[in-house]
Amino acid sequence: MKAPVVEAKGLKQVYKIKRGLFKEPANLQAVGGISFAIEPGKTLAVVGESGCGKSTLARMVTLIEKPTEGSLTLDGIDAVNPPSNYAKELRRMVQLVFQNPYGSLNPRKKVGTILEEPLVINTNLSSAERKERVRAMMAKVGLRPEHYNRYPHMFSGGQRQRIAIARALMLSPKLVVADEPVSALDVSIQAQVLNLLADLQEEMGLAYLFISHDLGVVRHIAHDVLVMYLGNAVEHGPKDRIYARPLHPYTQALLSSTPGITGVKRKRIVLKGELPSPLNPPKGCVFSTRCPYVTERCKVERPALRELDGRQVACHYAEDFLKEEAA
Amino acid sequence: MRAVDGVSLKLEEGEVLGVVGESGSGKSVTMLALMGLIPFPGRVKADKLAFNGRNLLTISDRERRKLTGKDVAMIFQEPTTSLNPSFTIGFQLTETLRLHEGMDRKAARRRAIELLEQVGIPSPESRLSAYPHQLSGGMNQRVMIAMAIACNPKLLIADEPTTALDVTIQAQILDLLMTLQKERNMALVMITHNMGVVADTAQRVMVMYAGQIMEERSAADLFASPQHPYTAALLAALPERSEGGRLATIPGVVPGLYDRPKGCLFSPRCAYATEHSRNVRPALRPWAGGQIRCHYPLGDPERDAHIKKDHLVGTEAAS
Repeated sequence: MKAPVVEAKGLKQVYKIKRGLFKEPANLQAVGGISFAIEPGKTLAVVGESGCGKSTLARMVTLIEKPTEGSLTLDGIDAVNPPSNYAKELRRMVQLVFQNPYGSLNPRKKVGTILEEPLVINTNLSSAERKERVRAMMAKVGLRPEHYNRYPHMFSGGQRQRIAIARALMLSPKLVVADEPVSALDVSIQAQVLNLLADLQEEMGLAYLFISHDLGVVRHIAHDVLVMYLGNAVEHGPKDRIYARPLHPYTQALLSSTPGITGVKRKRIVLKGELPSPLNPPKGCVFSTRCPYVTERCKVERPALRELDGRQVACHYAEDFLKEEAA
Repeated sequence: MRAVDGVSLKLEEGEVLGVVGESGSGKSVTMLALMGLIPFPGRVKADKLAFNGRNLLTISDRERRKLTGKDVAMIFQEPTTSLNPSFTIGFQLTETLRLHEGMDRKAARRRAIELLEQVGIPSPESRLSAYPHQLSGGMNQRVMIAMAIACNPKLLIADEPTTALDVTIQAQILDLLMTLQKERNMALVMITHNMGVVADTAQRVMVMYAGQIMEERSAADLFASPQHPYTAALLAALPERSEGGRLATIPGVVPGLYDRPKGCLFSPRCAYATEHSRNVRPALRPWAGGQIRCHYPLGDPERDAHIKKDHLVGTEAAS
């Protein structure tokens, strides 16, 4: 086993929300204690509905926000309180690819300038060397040399996402955080970008933190899956285990409500209601307000994440599901 | 510029038609044309366009307004933006009822509560005075559906009804739409780019590409054995169909306004393109229980011979 590129232990992010002049500010727990590790060349996919804290997690891992609690190490270096001369080094190690390539590229800059910018800021390379690096990277992500002098609006969505990926890779990061990188693209283009991501991973040994709500895409690209609900991990483990036999009722519902074209009509678990407000989370299990198997115990006692059948799961009755499945 | 070109389709009462295609393929424009909602300078030309026996090409604007929103209703993609933010849910819902059904205020209010109940909104009386921003995306979509079915439409067009929603909420909305469709025996058109949604709901599927119908067949047949190379390539590109490894891709991009190919619109990206298909645009013709627009359907026993005769050139240099 290789040393992980990123290791997070009990990451927590709590925001203070003002409620008025004379009221105490409320505590909003966006992410409540997430732990994971990613090895080089591996992909961890984070899935969950909107508002479950996926993006907050990404902001913490990319050092945009400091976690309120917990530890985060990048390549063995403490990233929460970095040793003074390492701060800049750490930021080069993690790069981000955003969801919408129409919004994440500066429309007033040429592709070449966009790709060169990280080198200008972070390295002492000469102009000619920078240009050479940019051209090499463009070839790597499947852009033609003549694209160097074009503006982002001259490209289609898929090609723009290639530019965004190239920009993220300019500083040879070890970890790429991809926040829904293909959800704005059409199916045929989506396949091209997913293939590119897989090729680059193989070639450069990148670790990916892949945030997505599309379980089909996750199944294809991920090695490990982390399912989040209301800021908490409900199930975390190898992809094959989780897809073959989801043990948390939320994972079961997610997998069964994804419409598939495989022909097999699965029994669809339709959840009632919606995500509760994170300002007022349920006292017991976070999923208890929507769970079809909820009991009195779930409403008062929050289940801890524990090891079971090769993955971690946070449900009081996971053993029962496992037995049921086997029977 | 022909945004939609030579589309022929027929929809029976109580039938569910899925319309799939990539962005810019003309899915939405086709349905807007049917609704008479194409803005200037767009024009709708057709040999025949009829709804329930009435010719929609010669109908007056006044008649048209009576029809849209009553017998033909539409649900849009973004529920939060397609509701008016400055009026309450109740006002927007009763507006339709008072206009089309001539109900008085009290009756309309009673019916509005009934409708909200039908689409599964808890405590409907109190929700009538809520504004769209006070409800979640899923709830707003339910309100949109309630508005669309308020006058018992015969045809409901749903334009990407679940794209903006989360998976678990998407399942709820799809369930609701299908139950309503069965209860009322409505014809339902489901426009989407999500193959899974179509496979789950539709009886018949129409695949569009660059404004033209490429293939139209029963859903079961289409997913089991696609006849058009585009449909086959599209299905192969889905991550859930792959067995690990690399995904099958379609090289190139959808043709734009100025680079429309002379022959088959898909020919620059098609693995089976020939000299013939590069130059002659195939007509939409009946094929295997549906329609197809291709010279060489995948299920044609003499296909290889035809392709050989016409000199295979394959895809253009992938861009």
